[in-house]
Amino acid sequence: MISYIARRLLQSLLILVGISVVTFALLYLLPADPARQIAGRSATAETVANIREQLGLNLPFYQQYLRYAAGLVQGDFGRSYLQKTEVSELIASRLPASLLLMAGAITCELLLGITMGLVAALRRGKPADHILMLVSFVGVSAPQFVVGIMILYVFAVTLGWFPIGGYGTFAHLVLPSLTLGILGAGWYARMMRSSMIDVLRQDFIRTAHSKGISGRAVIWRHALPNAILPVIAMIGIDIGLFMSGIVVVESVFGWPGIGQLAWQAIQRVDIPIIMGVTLVSALAIVIGNFIADMVTPFIDPRIKLR
Amino acid sequence: MKKILLAGVALMALSAFGIESRADDIKQGGSMTVTYKDDVSTLDPAIGYDWQNWSMIKSLFDSLMDYEPGTSNLKKDLAEDYTISEDGKTFTFKLVKGVKFHNGREMTAEDVKYSLDRVTNPKTQSPGAGFFASIKGYEKMADGSATSLEGVTVVDPYTVKIELSRPDATFLHVMAINFSSIVPKEEVEKYGADFGKHPVGTGAFKLAEWTLGQKLVFERNKDYWNKGLPKLDQIVFEVGQEPVVALLRLQKGEVDVAGDGIPPAKFLEVKNDPNFSKLIVEGGQLHTGYLTMKVTMKPFDNLKVRQAVNMAINKERIVKIINGRAVPANQPLPPTMPGYAKDYEGYKFDVEGAKKLLAEAGFPDGFETELYANNTDPNPRIAQAIQQDLAAIGIKAEIKSLAQANVIAAGGEPDQAPMVWSGGMAWIADFPDPSNFYGPILGCSGAVKGGWNWSYYCNKDIDARATAADSITDPAKKGEREDAWKGIFLDVMKDAPWVPVMNEQRFTIRSERLGGPDAIFVDPVHIPVHYDQVYAKDVQ
Repeated sequence: MISYIARRLLQSLLILVGISVVTFALLYLLPADPARQIAGRSATAETVANIREQLGLNLPFYQQYLRYAAGLVQGDFGRSYLQKTEVSELIASRLPASLLLMAGAITCELLLGITMGLVAALRRGKPADHILMLVSFVGVSAPQFVVGIMILYVFAVTLGWFPIGGYGTFAHLVLPSLTLGILGAGWYARMMRSSMIDVLRQDFIRTAHSKGISGRAVIWRHALPNAILPVIAMIGIDIGLFMSGIVVVESVFGWPGIGQLAWQAIQRVDIPIIMGVTLVSALAIVIGNFIADMVTPFIDPRIKLR
Repeated sequence: MKKILLAGVALMALSAFGIESRADDIKQGGSMTVTYKDDVSTLDPAIGYDWQNWSMIKSLFDSLMDYEPGTSNLKKDLAEDYTISEDGKTFTFKLVKGVKFHNGREMTAEDVKYSLDRVTNPKTQSPGAGFFASIKGYEKMADGSATSLEGVTVVDPYTVKIELSRPDATFLHVMAINFSSIVPKEEVEKYGADFGKHPVGTGAFKLAEWTLGQKLVFERNKDYWNKGLPKLDQIVFEVGQEPVVALLRLQKGEVDVAGDGIPPAKFLEVKNDPNFSKLIVEGGQLHTGYLTMKVTMKPFDNLKVRQAVNMAINKERIVKIINGRAVPANQPLPPTMPGYAKDYEGYKFDVEGAKKLLAEAGFPDGFETELYANNTDPNPRIAQAIQQDLAAIGIKAEIKSLAQANVIAAGGEPDQAPMVWSGGMAWIADFPDPSNFYGPILGCSGAVKGGWNWSYYCNKDIDARATAADSITDPAKKGEREDAWKGIFLDVMKDAPWVPVMNEQRFTIRSERLGGPDAIFVDPVHIPVHYDQVYAKDVQ
């Protein structure tokens, strides 16, 4: 068990180093020259060269990477070229908003997904099942940009139930969480449905029925707890999906998280920010997967960590 | 660097007298909310060069010169008076007395000197340092061998003398640009690189609150030396708001100014909506959208090819593509710029003529090339229109639609990006003077790696004439100077390094509760809105 954890941690670290090298290389290969961007259009070649030297952009690739990595180890993500602020400060100031949104989205997707999956499983092959699976299919496939704008228009602009974007109160949280949650809900609905159908086929369910326990009690007390665990264990893996989703949803709703930060930085090729957000997201995904792996044996004793 | 995408000059030159006579009846107070999509990067006047921070900096800081609100007419600001020597090389400024920084200290001539030394010091990394190149001692600052400008002297606490190494007719404009804002040394040194997050100036507003990525709050500087200004007590800037969402919020009355304007896709809908259309203010701007042809690359080294392309582009159709938000152009200068040639007809749209010229140039069957364009709407659509026009005369252009920084990088290489559509990063004047449309984008100094002269056009003879024109500093010879510039741009068109395509109009949408002349909402200099001049109708 301990050697497994140690091995997994080492793997995770290697993955993170790999991601940082690849991302750094991709950004290095971009044809945009940061020094020219900073210097502005009226700058002389001398000014540009000066800035390039100050930032160490004249160094060969591996030296630039080592400089960056050396900073990273000390928690220094560098300074944004265009925002003129420490990247760590920018990310730290925006991380709470993204985590809050993550919590809201996970709540939404679990509530929606599990309910839909449960109903579909119990009504298997009936119209309710088909309709719910169609809805989940649409939820999984619809572009979040479109869903976000539509939800915003219907619930905030037309009905006026929620504020039109922004951050601060619970009411602000609802619509972006819902938009993000719809995608996940589609996945969870499908997973919950098949998990439930699996469990309902098991012998112990038949035994419970034959003991004369009411159908409702069998489902709530015996089937549901067994069916729901594998679904909940997916949350860790879900973080990857979530990280890609926040870039779009935060921009649509004006939610001040790291997704919006990344989107603005990408548009303006602000390399240190892109680098920083990518690494933080990668870290979140790695941690999520790690936790998912760790909790699996507790949920399903048949799985052992080796 | 996000360029100031839209800069402009108001069509209506509102008389300053008109504004001032009304100013007395207007009560100070109230608040407004302005939204932007992108976060504010910095409020350091030596560094800020974005769409969203440009006018904010103007409200937090003052310079020696400024412009009459809503116009491009220069006026004195922190300078109470100034004199120019006979040879046009020495400017002496008398400062307004009793002006205080937000920290309470009085502003003096030492601060003017410090601010100019700071902006020209390479360590500051100011994108505007080049504007000060005519000040004596600039070269030594640029190469790092001096830390103080030789040409700037403090005569007494309220007098500063600036000597230039060459006559520069645009120097008073330079003294009005954000980069020459006066900053207090002690605050800059206290915050170092973070001064841009803790700005302290002499301006009408001071920064009260800044939540990164969310909002900024400006509050009225109660000790502002310019009595009666600003008219609002508070401005709240909310950032991270998509333009479409900002528009919806404006409709609900939650937002007063949508800082990024009306999204192109929404333009017709908004314009035709009776509730919205009355909230829109339209103004001209100092903008030209153009297509460059790299004269250092075959076959664009051939004048006839460049002329043929000039005749092949259907500009009317491009204007239609952007819902008529522009007027077709035929020369580099926009119509509101001094020096614009009204009677010049340019190259007429003539497909047959273009084909004939192309055949004469030795390309009867056309050729293949690449067209670089910014990937934000509507630029890819405009690039497609250009592609179709070129195809009509046999030129097959492949569109390279990239992020702004990548297009700029390719444009600045002598052997890449044979054609560049300038939309989304087009040249907009930093100040309303024709010289600002020449040097970096058409002159030899810009035709270098990483420069902004994407056609690499370099005509030494015309360069010499440009220098001569900028040496005419005598205000009495203003007309002569404008004529010189007019001639320069018309001769550039004979060489046809560009196809000037259109001049964009600017549209601001603001809520009904904001008052003030229309011109300040499309201010040519305080872009996008002259915040100091806006008042709230609900406190009147």
